[in-house]
Amino acid sequence: MRFLARVEVQLRPGIADPEGATIERALPALGFDSVAHVRAGRSFRFEVDAPNEAQARSTATELADRLLANPVIEQSQLELEVI
Amino acid sequence: MAPRIGVVLFPGTNCEHDVVQAVESVGAQGVLLWHGDNRLGAVDAVVLPGGFAHGDYLRPGALARFSPVMEAVRDFARAGGPVVGICNGFQVLTEAGLLPGALQKNRHLRFLCEPARLVVTSTASVLTSAATVGQELVIPINHFEGNYTCDADTLRRLEAEDRVVLRYAENPNGSVADIAGIANEAGNVVGLMPHPERASSPLLGSTDGLVLLRSLVDAAATRAAA
Repeated sequence: MRFLARVEVQLRPGIADPEGATIERALPALGFDSVAHVRAGRSFRFEVDAPNEAQARSTATELADRLLANPVIEQSQLELEVI
Repeated sequence: MAPRIGVVLFPGTNCEHDVVQAVESVGAQGVLLWHGDNRLGAVDAVVLPGGFAHGDYLRPGALARFSPVMEAVRDFARAGGPVVGICNGFQVLTEAGLLPGALQKNRHLRFLCEPARLVVTSTASVLTSAATVGQELVIPINHFEGNYTCDADTLRRLEAEDRVVLRYAENPNGSVADIAGIANEAGNVVGLMPHPERASSPLLGSTDGLVLLRSLVDAAATRAAA
């Protein structure tokens, strides 16, 4: 089976996010007065061949933890779907 | 014989020749090492110099950590060999788990390229052994991701174990506790954001980096003699 994995990497809560803060500071000038708590992150997508979803999830999680996110400051969230 | 200092070249590294020249000015022999080799050869110390290893893709140091040479660097460090990461090299050492914490984007998202006033806060490392605690050094910084971050427990441990070797006199980038450089528990692995090789000759406007480079060359010489 082939799965599409989407991994979203975000800074951990409590870790300063200068990129999100800078975006947020620019918002009033653009008229977005109702928007708050902006956090910047990254997303990755890749395909995984695996016999079942559990195995695909385990491969994708390991990839996210070992490479895509730096666990010292970041956390990741994984979504999987069959393609 | 002059101690041999290996300077690792990753694709995208750009300070390797500066480091070679600077360590040679204080009596060592500089030897370029290729990131794709899995052996260091006969060296008495290793420097991971500044630049943009692997283009800094993903995160600075994130891909360099998987270069074949890093396994050899890890073994060398474990055996007590002196290892120093400068700027991008510091980022590689944290990503590789040889030093704790991480280097985040600078506060205010500004790329900083300027002289920084530093204070030596520990001499228990291969990079600061020839300096004195409280000594002020002016050494350039040149980074976007130099904002040292770690959790409260790690910071407590670094401070309790005298492992914060350099602090900024005026914090330029948001680093916790003004940290500019740290060492591992044994003091043989050191990472710092400032570039001592860029403060190694009167022509460069400062020679304050020499005391750090001399410390490293001393450590390499001690290892060579052992």
